[in-house]
Amino acid sequence: MKPIQLLRARRRNGHWHWTDIAAYAYLGLGVVLMFGPVMWLVLSSFKTQASLLEFPPSLLPLSQQEVRVEGFPQPLPLFAATLDNGERRELAQIRRIGLIAQMVDPADPKRQYRVPTARLAPVRHLSFVTSNYTEPLQKFAFTRYLWNSVFVTTIATLITLLINSMAAYALSIYEFRGKTIAMLMVIGTLMIPITIILVPVYLVITKLGLVNSLWAVILPGAATPTGVFLLRQYMLTLPRDLIEAARMDKASEWQIYWRIVMPLAAPALAVLAIFSIMWRWNEFLWPLAVLTRSESFTLQIGLNAFQGELQTQWNYLLAMTVVSLVPVALVFVFLQRFIATGIANTGMK
Amino acid sequence: MIDLPDGIGLQAVPTASRLARLRRSGATILGAVLRLIDRPMGLLQRLIGERRMVYVFLLPNLAFFSLFVFVPLAIDLAYSLTGGESLFPSQRPYVGTEQYAYLFDCGSFFDPASCRVDHFWRGVANTMRFTVFQLVSMVTFSLVTALVLNMRIRGRGFFRAVYFFPVLLSPVVVALVWKWILQRDGLLNAGLTMIGGQKILFFVDPGWAMFWSVFVSVWAHMGFYTLILLAGLQAIPADLYEAAQMDATPRWRVLVRITLPLLWPNLIVVIVLAMIRGVQTFDEVFVLTGGGPGTATLMIVQYIYETAFASQVQNFGLAAAASIVLGVVLFLLTLAQLSRTRSAS
Amino acid sequence: MAGLTLRDVRKAYGTVAVIHGVDLAIADGEFIVFVGPSGCGKSTLLRIIAGLEDVTGGEIAIDGHDVTRVPASDRGLAMVFQSYALYPHMTVYQNMAFALENMGLARAEIDARVRRAAGMLRLSDYLERKPKALSGGQRQRVAIGRAIVRDPKIFLLDEPLSNLDAELRVATRKELAALHAEIGGTMIYVTHDQVEAMTMADRIVVLRGGRIEQVGTPLDLYNRPDNLFVAGFIGSPRMNLLPVQVVSPGLVRVGEAGEPIKVATGPLATGASATLGVRPEHITLADGAADLTTTIDIVEQLGGDTYFYASAPGLPQITVRQNGQALRGRGETLPVRFEPAHLHLFDAEGAAVRPGV
Ligand SMILES: Nc1ncnc2c1ncn2[C@@H]1O[C@H](COP(=O)(O)OP(=O)(O)O)[C@@H](O)[C@H]1O
Ligand SMILES: [Mg+2]
Repeated sequence: MKPIQLLRARRRNGHWHWTDIAAYAYLGLGVVLMFGPVMWLVLSSFKTQASLLEFPPSLLPLSQQEVRVEGFPQPLPLFAATLDNGERRELAQIRRIGLIAQMVDPADPKRQYRVPTARLAPVRHLSFVTSNYTEPLQKFAFTRYLWNSVFVTTIATLITLLINSMAAYALSIYEFRGKTIAMLMVIGTLMIPITIILVPVYLVITKLGLVNSLWAVILPGAATPTGVFLLRQYMLTLPRDLIEAARMDKASEWQIYWRIVMPLAAPALAVLAIFSIMWRWNEFLWPLAVLTRSESFTLQIGLNAFQGELQTQWNYLLAMTVVSLVPVALVFVFLQRFIATGIANTGMK
Repeated sequence: MIDLPDGIGLQAVPTASRLARLRRSGATILGAVLRLIDRPMGLLQRLIGERRMVYVFLLPNLAFFSLFVFVPLAIDLAYSLTGGESLFPSQRPYVGTEQYAYLFDCGSFFDPASCRVDHFWRGVANTMRFTVFQLVSMVTFSLVTALVLNMRIRGRGFFRAVYFFPVLLSPVVVALVWKWILQRDGLLNAGLTMIGGQKILFFVDPGWAMFWSVFVSVWAHMGFYTLILLAGLQAIPADLYEAAQMDATPRWRVLVRITLPLLWPNLIVVIVLAMIRGVQTFDEVFVLTGGGPGTATLMIVQYIYETAFASQVQNFGLAAAASIVLGVVLFLLTLAQLSRTRSAS
Repeated sequence: MAGLTLRDVRKAYGTVAVIHGVDLAIADGEFIVFVGPSGCGKSTLLRIIAGLEDVTGGEIAIDGHDVTRVPASDRGLAMVFQSYALYPHMTVYQNMAFALENMGLARAEIDARVRRAAGMLRLSDYLERKPKALSGGQRQRVAIGRAIVRDPKIFLLDEPLSNLDAELRVATRKELAALHAEIGGTMIYVTHDQVEAMTMADRIVVLRGGRIEQVGTPLDLYNRPDNLFVAGFIGSPRMNLLPVQVVSPGLVRVGEAGEPIKVATGPLATGASATLGVRPEHITLADGAADLTTTIDIVEQLGGDTYFYASAPGLPQITVRQNGQALRGRGETLPVRFEPAHLHLFDAEGAAVRPGV
């Protein structure tokens, strides 16, 4: 608790242990290593195609400044030129002939100079190329992918919440014949990851006629053992009196579930919802296997397909990667604490 | 459990009353829809009795489980015992354990090149190598991070968030971020040339490709394990440390004699989970290296995926056989975990 | 409003029998209190009546109709839980309306009933609050209101006052009694507090270890306890129970050295051991011949009454209650007489010995 107070106390003692310094060093390095790559991605996503190919890369998204000069229809690129007399001037380049560039002073268009290109340095300024974002959404199917991802995530999460909470309700509130078997079934599914039943689930989906449909992505993972356990654990803590009171109030079992237990289990449902959104938004292997037509790609599959192409258009790819990051970033900013507690309590991910 | 605050970020604004009205009418509509379910459910209860309603609640979930887990598991077995190229088990000739024999047809199990299905065995070898490296570095780094975060650190919440956030990223994003940094003209090579080094083609060198696969995997998932360990560390009663302090115990001794033994149950969980996840590794590595160069980072799951879905001749039987071998391994690991957690609690 | 009959009701959890065959008939409109020490099965019996527990054996009938296999929701009873069991996500109004909605009543009817009950229970100002924003007493009244609106055949109340502080408990006790007088329903009320039982009940059912010890009006139980357990349980302070020996028919001796005391010994043989019961208020200070001479250990002056806790060799401590302010101090001797008309004698098994039996 109260780290600041403790820190002060330590300082009053007069010395820091070397481990304290090592710890801060480790954490500082961590910040660079963990945040750095994503910051780099975001910065890069605003660069022009040309400056992405530049080596060494510039840190910030820069692009060459252009000026309109009287008498020239096109805007001209601006350079810092060192003149013969050693003077430095900002000049616009009209054309380049071999190693000599013909330059003009934007302030005084009548004066022209001939400067060796070696003595020119481009004048660049910070500029964010937003077309990296808008173009792929228009030209390529990314809008479609985005919509598919949103659809899959929303519907799958709703189904997951509904059927998992129903099962959790049954397994937490009732005593009935076959309860042990039902529990064993749930535990059993916990031990069977999708990776080992990829092929036969594909068969089931084929039989259902769902290949290349988004339902093929939604349905197989809708019932999750972790979800059932999480909700059941929470529902077990609800006072039994409430359920009995509802029963005395002539509530049907469905009404008890829907009007008493569900509202009261809201915190656990919220945790499951967050997890489900994360799972679905990020899901990769199964959609990769079952979605083969580009119209039905989710964002993750779309990104993967895009990067696999021969001429990867990194400017678009990076921008779309950032787009796919946005919901996750929002979740992180607002709900990081709850997810962390959820993980610490349940060990699920 | 976890308490979520009501209405995150919802502030009383001038439009609050409109919002409230909207919410009320929304609630009315929702209520009407729900009453539509209430009625048939009530009738159903009248029909089958209160006691049997529990099965109605269980049914959807168990149906999903059966359809997408248990039936597939059975079909998996059927696939692995049949040959041919058809997707439908009824059209596949029974071949007994031929698929397994084919899979295990090796001159020496230590040399993938001597196997008929050499890609599978390369996958096994790579996965084992990957799992071991990943496990060691994952446990080391998450333990160190958890220990550091458990110290009296200023801004602990911030640092915890820093290490945690990659957990939320999709494997595709993780892989693309790093691919972008590690590519030939990427940030890392720029740094290398700046300090006078040579560019390295990380994805052309098998050793580097494996290194970065492990690195990226640790980078992405470390936060998850750190949280589990941190929870364990925070559960250790503070008075134990105070008692140790009274006895003037040196810090390293506190770590070795108090912290680590009490953290042991959480460490076991971390080790087993990291192992299970390591064996199943696919997505980050697949997007990052594509299994290359050559087969240097080809993992078992990628082999299964490609054999079944991405190769010219889709060999479902062989993929299923490989799946079942993988399943047995995972099952044993999970059992180990269950028995450990059982005995720990 | 309805009557209730229990016939040989039994309940076991696995092999552990908790209710050992209870027979009971409750008339329409009666206020019945189940009383007994904690763990004696009061709640279990109440929940069996409610339909929340299955019976292992026996039969339950409401108004002559067998409801043993009828689920709780169809028995038409209302229950007030010890924890109140208010739905935390609903307002007071919604809590009370919930059951009525389930019954499919019209909105106007629901509203009328809820508002009437709320008025009766002084809850009208709190209808839009959630239970979390209420005091303990208000919550308790909501729980009762939730039962009242339903106009149930029988009210079941499981220790409804035990979560209130002492003062509020006394006040609410009176209100409950008044409420019963007003709406006149059949009520079954569970408590472990015999004062509550005495003050509210038309009839009390004393339970012990899953069996009925005695059923009767409060004064019945007070004046004519059937056995040692009821004698000790009903009445505050407790009845003094002294070991005696029958010296001859109609005469017992307290302890070893006491004077012989006249009391009906019924069929008890001379020389038999028995227990003599005498309530603290039925002991008078003796001027002349004393039944027993004791020494005062503690004096409690309550102003209106004085309690002496006194001892005599070989006997348990004796409580003596005197009207007014009797000025005697610790250590003084206290010769006492037992009022012959109010003596109770119990045989070695603890059953009451009555004249003419
Ligand atoms: N679900 C149960 N399983 C086993 N024993 C129980 C159960 N519920 C109650 N009992 C036992 O039944 C006895 C009576 O309990 P109860 O009716 O709650 O007593 P009380 O008179 O205090 O309300 C107690 O000894 C209790 O331990
Ligand atoms: Mg009780």
